[in-house]
Amino acid sequence: MAPTSEAILKVRDLVKHFPLTQGIVFKRQVGEIKAVDGVSFDLHRGETLGVVGESGCGKSTLAKVLMALEKPTSGSVMINGKDMAKARGGDLKRMRRNVQMVMQDPYTSLNPRMTVGDIIGEPYEIHTEVAPKGDRRRKVQELLEVVGLNPDHINRYPHQFSGGQRQRIGIARGLALQPEIIICDEPVSALDVSIQAQVINLLERLQNEFNLAYIFIAHDLSVVRHISDRVGVMYLGKFVELGKDTAIYDQPAHPYTQALLSAVPVPDPEGREQRERIILQGDPPSPANPPSGCRFRTRCWKAQEICATEEPLLQIRPGTSHESACHFAEAQDVVHAG
Amino acid sequence: MKKTATDVLPAEGGLGNDPLLSVEDLHVEFATRAGLVKAVNGVSYTLSAGETLAVLGESGSGKSVTAQAIMGILDMPPARIPKGAIRFQGTDLLKLSEEARTQIRGRRIAMIFQDALSALNPVFTVGWQIGEMFRVHQGMSKRDAEKKAVELMDRVRIPAAKQRVHDFPHQFSGGMRQRIMIAMSIALDPEVLIADEPTTALDVTVQAQIMELLAELQRESNMGLILITHDLGVVADVADKIAVMYGGRIVENAPVHDIYRRPAHPYTKGLLESIPRVDLKGQDLYAIKGLPPNLLDMPTGCAFHPRCPYRQDNCVTSVPELYEIDPNRSSACHYWREVLDGTDE
Amino acid sequence: MSDIRPVGPTRAETEQDAAEQVMTVGVPETPLTVEPERKPGKQARPASLWNDAWYDLRRRPLFVLSAVLIAILLVMAVFPGLFSRVNPMDATTCVLSNARQAPSSVHWFGTDNLGCDVYARTIYGARNSIVVGVSTTIVTALFGGLLGLIAGFKSGATDTVLSRTTEIFFAIPQILGALLILSVFGTGNVWTIMLALSVLAWPMTFRIMRAAVITAKNQDYVIAARALGAGSGRIMFRHILPNAVAPVIVIATINLGGFIAAEAALSFLGVGIQSPDISWGLMIDSARDRFLEAFAPLLFPALFLSITVLAFIMLGDAVRDALDPKLR
Repeated sequence: MAPTSEAILKVRDLVKHFPLTQGIVFKRQVGEIKAVDGVSFDLHRGETLGVVGESGCGKSTLAKVLMALEKPTSGSVMINGKDMAKARGGDLKRMRRNVQMVMQDPYTSLNPRMTVGDIIGEPYEIHTEVAPKGDRRRKVQELLEVVGLNPDHINRYPHQFSGGQRQRIGIARGLALQPEIIICDEPVSALDVSIQAQVINLLERLQNEFNLAYIFIAHDLSVVRHISDRVGVMYLGKFVELGKDTAIYDQPAHPYTQALLSAVPVPDPEGREQRERIILQGDPPSPANPPSGCRFRTRCWKAQEICATEEPLLQIRPGTSHESACHFAEAQDVVHAG
Repeated sequence: MKKTATDVLPAEGGLGNDPLLSVEDLHVEFATRAGLVKAVNGVSYTLSAGETLAVLGESGSGKSVTAQAIMGILDMPPARIPKGAIRFQGTDLLKLSEEARTQIRGRRIAMIFQDALSALNPVFTVGWQIGEMFRVHQGMSKRDAEKKAVELMDRVRIPAAKQRVHDFPHQFSGGMRQRIMIAMSIALDPEVLIADEPTTALDVTVQAQIMELLAELQRESNMGLILITHDLGVVADVADKIAVMYGGRIVENAPVHDIYRRPAHPYTKGLLESIPRVDLKGQDLYAIKGLPPNLLDMPTGCAFHPRCPYRQDNCVTSVPELYEIDPNRSSACHYWREVLDGTDE
Repeated sequence: MSDIRPVGPTRAETEQDAAEQVMTVGVPETPLTVEPERKPGKQARPASLWNDAWYDLRRRPLFVLSAVLIAILLVMAVFPGLFSRVNPMDATTCVLSNARQAPSSVHWFGTDNLGCDVYARTIYGARNSIVVGVSTTIVTALFGGLLGLIAGFKSGATDTVLSRTTEIFFAIPQILGALLILSVFGTGNVWTIMLALSVLAWPMTFRIMRAAVITAKNQDYVIAARALGAGSGRIMFRHILPNAVAPVIVIATINLGGFIAAEAALSFLGVGIQSPDISWGLMIDSARDRFLEAFAPLLFPALFLSITVLAFIMLGDAVRDALDPKLR
């Protein structure tokens, strides 16, 4: 669906640096890991923004900052006009009702000592104003039904469920407070292939039913393409490209996006001999010491002198339809090539 | 006359007609506290030199256990192999003494694992660990072994191999560690290389690097490669033929092009339809309903019947054999004709 | 468009089927028929970790044996009269002329230097041992456990101060330290012994609790609770404590045997339980001089002491096996 209304989430210049310290008693800072280093985007009601990137690009830290689990070093996270990054105490607690998350590992994200009913009902115990006490059990059973589980299993413990079912429990917990935004951090990557589709379909159905906005963080570009309306590509703490899913996947402009997309194996052996692949050399540099100028230049085949001196900004470049952060941005379909 | 280990070992280079490796009606079971787990129930496949066989399956399908049985690295007990044969150039490995198998393991048949960090010993340098292959199997001196280690690290394209040979595993990135694992596995020029989810833990750009490396090494040495994975994309890229496993059995055997164009088993078909694709924006994903089978409590008849849209009454009662579709293809579905025809072509 | 399209069922049907499947096939223990409405109170107990552990424990011979032994010892401690008609606290039951008799039908375990019945004294001696063992265990578990919970949860300066403090206590040898503390008190009874042992033993519980809390604190479900807006109290007592308490229970059970042995040692050394009160350690002490003439007054309390300590250590072992998260 297309974003219609005004943005419900506005992220501006979000930065999160983790200090690197030495010493045990007298800690001194010897550097910092620039996990998220200036990220800005809008999220509209009912829309899915996909965030892709490789491990260490800062996408999980971004999720934590958006959830107010980590305090940002600078920047703002405006939800319906209020800055969540500056909210404290009761204000923050109220704002949390609007932003919930679904985590990656269904085996560690549910407390093994609590029944399913207690896990899904916990949001109501924390935010007592949402549902009166007598109503809670019925609400939990409704939620179980919504995510496709048997409401009679309310007294079971997480270990009595399979991975896919546990992920449904995690989703039900996220839905309990009727949030507008759900942040999904790799929600299907721990699941078996045949179960992934079930959970993706469930997330899509819930989005339509409750008009949810998703931030869908994943390393699997195929899954992100399937579910997202817009996609942001992250590299070393920054978005290098941001745009509509069709623009990113069919007309990628940033060399990193092109390399990433061309590396994804296509489940179709036809014409595989002719398929051309951009194989990147080496590994991403350390986020503690990113390269000057453009961060991708050390692995980029287009790199020139300007890339080392001048940092390319995320903006719409000539000949492209969406924002990219490359001095030499040029749209090129790599997925369907060959 | 007493036979020595080398007498029964297959001759290097193979015996002509026999496939390089063939698994025949292999059964593996585990005795656990909860009961007998039948992890592999009659698996057969063959592999020729220079060929890539992809074994595709989800967790619990028995794909890794089969590979471990070929390597002879299953813990027995609790594991048992009640039935079956694993022929390597015609010789049944299961009938060999432990001593004879050690001769083959790592030297003739080698394996790489998903998690390279835990497969490498953290207290030894990578050069020492690669060199160990030569010191143990070929009695090479320390210095020669190290020289060989550098050569191998060059061959798997680890930059500045000479300087990095004295580094420890944790000083390498995930992709580099997987390269070191590959270097160790190809050190003694094995005829068969088993790769168990070699790129699952890696990022997609690194995955592409590693798969390219494996393909190149295979071209150079003409070894047979068994690629165990759940990733239909990787399989489509590199495999020559595919064995799809479900619930400890092979449900479909086919050359790679056939299986993607016209799957002959409802499970394969469901899998292909359930994965999102980076080159297509589909509206709906088909979801295989239900859950993978519980190995302690397998469904009767066909293990896939509780999840199968093609199910008929006899699927619940009779286990489908592997029906031959053509000389290169087979499917363990009573209704493979319907499945084949159901796909638009 | 895709050349691979779902044939067979349409999506809507699949989704519904999927949900249905999850209920019927997914969880094998569920009967295929619709479950009858559950009535609160009458339903089967859900399989929690504790229930699983209990189920597991009942099948271990080691646990059954130690549990039976401990049950007998507990009854002995509370109602010693059930086991012996003679009350050894009554001085008239000791007849000096009967001193150092061998075991007989009248005096099952013989008599000691003062002519008292060793059997009756051994039975009555159980109480002090059990009281010291159990009370020390409870005090150390609560005190060390609570501080460990705080240190592990708060980390930072609080943790540093608490951890360094425990290291000081670790440096003191247990029996020597208890000797010192008891000699300051001057009087030895079950409560002073409990105090002396607790002061030295809580750091062990502290460390184990702290480590378990730090592990639990970083689990995803704790992060999930924080994301819901849960406060520190809820996170500590609802999420972390239940997941961190198992190793403390295990170490407490194993330590209990050790405390009983320590009580006997202190009484033997003369700073613990004082005559005329009865303790196995005290009995062993008074019997040791004439051991060659009469072995029974030393042998039987020593035997009871060993069996009691062993029973608790075996129980601790069984509990550890049942609660060990690595096996679950």
